[in-house]
Amino acid sequence: MADISKEQVKHVAHLARLAVTDEEVDKLSDELSAIIDYAEQLNELDTDGIEPTTHVLDLKNIMRKDEAKEWITQEDALKNAPDHHGGQFRVPSIMADS
Amino acid sequence: MALFDHTIKELEEMLHNKEITVQDLVDESYKRINEVDDQVHAFLTLDEENARAKAKELDEATDTSASLFGMPGGIKDNIMTKGLRTTCASQFLDNFTDPLYDATVVQKLNKEQMVAVGKLNMDEFAMGSSNENSSYDPTRNPWNTDYVPGGSSGGSAAAVAAGEVLFSLGSDTGGSIRQPAAFCGVVGMKPTYGRVSRFGLVAFASSLDQIGPITRTVEDNARVLEVIAGHDQMDSTSANLDVPNYTEALTNDVSGLKIAVPKEYLAEGVTPEVRESILEALKVYESLGATWEEVSLPHSKYAVATYYLLSSSEASANLARFDGVRYGVRTENADNMIDMFKNSRSEGFGPEVKRRIMLGTFALSSGYYDAYYKKAQKVRTLIKNDFDKIFEDYDVVIGPTTPTPAFKVGEKTDDPLTMYANDILTIPVNLAGVPGISIPCGFSADGLPIGLQIIGKHFDESTVYRTAHAFEQATEHHKKRPQLGGAN
Repeated sequence: MADISKEQVKHVAHLARLAVTDEEVDKLSDELSAIIDYAEQLNELDTDGIEPTTHVLDLKNIMRKDEAKEWITQEDALKNAPDHHGGQFRVPSIMADS
Repeated sequence: MALFDHTIKELEEMLHNKEITVQDLVDESYKRINEVDDQVHAFLTLDEENARAKAKELDEATDTSASLFGMPGGIKDNIMTKGLRTTCASQFLDNFTDPLYDATVVQKLNKEQMVAVGKLNMDEFAMGSSNENSSYDPTRNPWNTDYVPGGSSGGSAAAVAAGEVLFSLGSDTGGSIRQPAAFCGVVGMKPTYGRVSRFGLVAFASSLDQIGPITRTVEDNARVLEVIAGHDQMDSTSANLDVPNYTEALTNDVSGLKIAVPKEYLAEGVTPEVRESILEALKVYESLGATWEEVSLPHSKYAVATYYLLSSSEASANLARFDGVRYGVRTENADNMIDMFKNSRSEGFGPEVKRRIMLGTFALSSGYYDAYYKKAQKVRTLIKNDFDKIFEDYDVVIGPTTPTPAFKVGEKTDDPLTMYANDILTIPVNLAGVPGISIPCGFSADGLPIGLQIIGKHFDESTVYRTAHAFEQATEHHKKRPQLGGAN
């Protein structure tokens, strides 16, 4: 039985930039444990020497010329932003105590 | 007979003969939406003013040759539409009213003069199989509103089934076009990975996502795919291949066609009436001169676990862009940037989206990457090899789209794993990257539609369409309509 501890849930939530309540931590610990437990069935398969598939098409690097093009204006880029100032996205202070 | 009981080809003729106008077609859409959408909840945003203006403009146009001229369609709400609200059915994007560009598929539809009626409901960020993960009123099944329409493109399938639009676009990562098409009794195609540009599709799992059409007939479906398919410089994973004329492939001739029927697709979990419908369909194919044999896709049972590890991992990376900085709703509870990210995301995302971000972040995290993510990528290879091997000897693979018909609202919401298992027959197709279609092939005792899934070789949508069309023409299932309030 897989066991994703509450501490692990909190760690993963931090990596994912999600705030979780104690109640959510309990629930996610159970749910993720069950899902990972289910996923353990893949270990029934011997995959030694099997190449991983990241992508089904046989694509190589796709190159294009590095040319400047008109895309969107600064004004357009800012118009859906929750907050902006002086032509830039504005966010809360990075250095403040958390 | 309602206008949308006609095919695009028939309506095109009626327009050319001046029996109807584009304004009639657009009227039909909004009239029907007014009649039934308070029961169905297929639409999240309507674009009525622009649609009516466009209809008027088209009625005055001299060149009417575009292939979707005046045809009313709906767009799934995870596909970008310039200046038209695009929410992915998420509270996070509730205020995203002014997207900056059209997705490539939307540009292509516009070029062929479709009329966009509005944006269609879905599971939030396309994660779900029932539409119950929508942040808004979830879409209901037009055949019986106590039942789910399927997901994630539930709004796209329900709108077509209910006669609100003539066609719609959905997206399919693990079955999200085919499963709702099956539940709603319409035709839904997931093209080969790379056939249709994903530029402007809000990414869920980039190695699996494909956009495809949902329609009432196979012919209409082929016609819409012809428009949206093709290479796009803006999507480097779109294939640089010519797009065949899919409607010309509808020859109604399947004599000599070799069909493979995987025993795993009729196994435990598939209800007797679904199994019966598929066996009946195979008899129809026999009568048309095709042959079928039972085969094995031995790694099918591992597809669901593989899919949830890979798709959630990709989603956890793709959804990192939702941070409350450039678009979307920002939390009011934060005095530093990290808390702003965390609280915006926690307030904006629903429970299923958070669960998958957590699963994906876990599977990619240090110490677990090889055990889960990389292992799943290797099993993906085995699943793909299963299909490659079958397609050496057969033209198409046929089975049910889903193990059961639509289930009741609320029936599977308590346990994520039960919900995930519902996609067991559609997921392998995305993992292998091959094309698959769902078409109506019968009804359950409760009057709910059953879907037949036809799977083809990479980039061989033509054979898939030909196979689907021959069955459709030999049967009457696609002519049945749900009885909702109002006339249809």
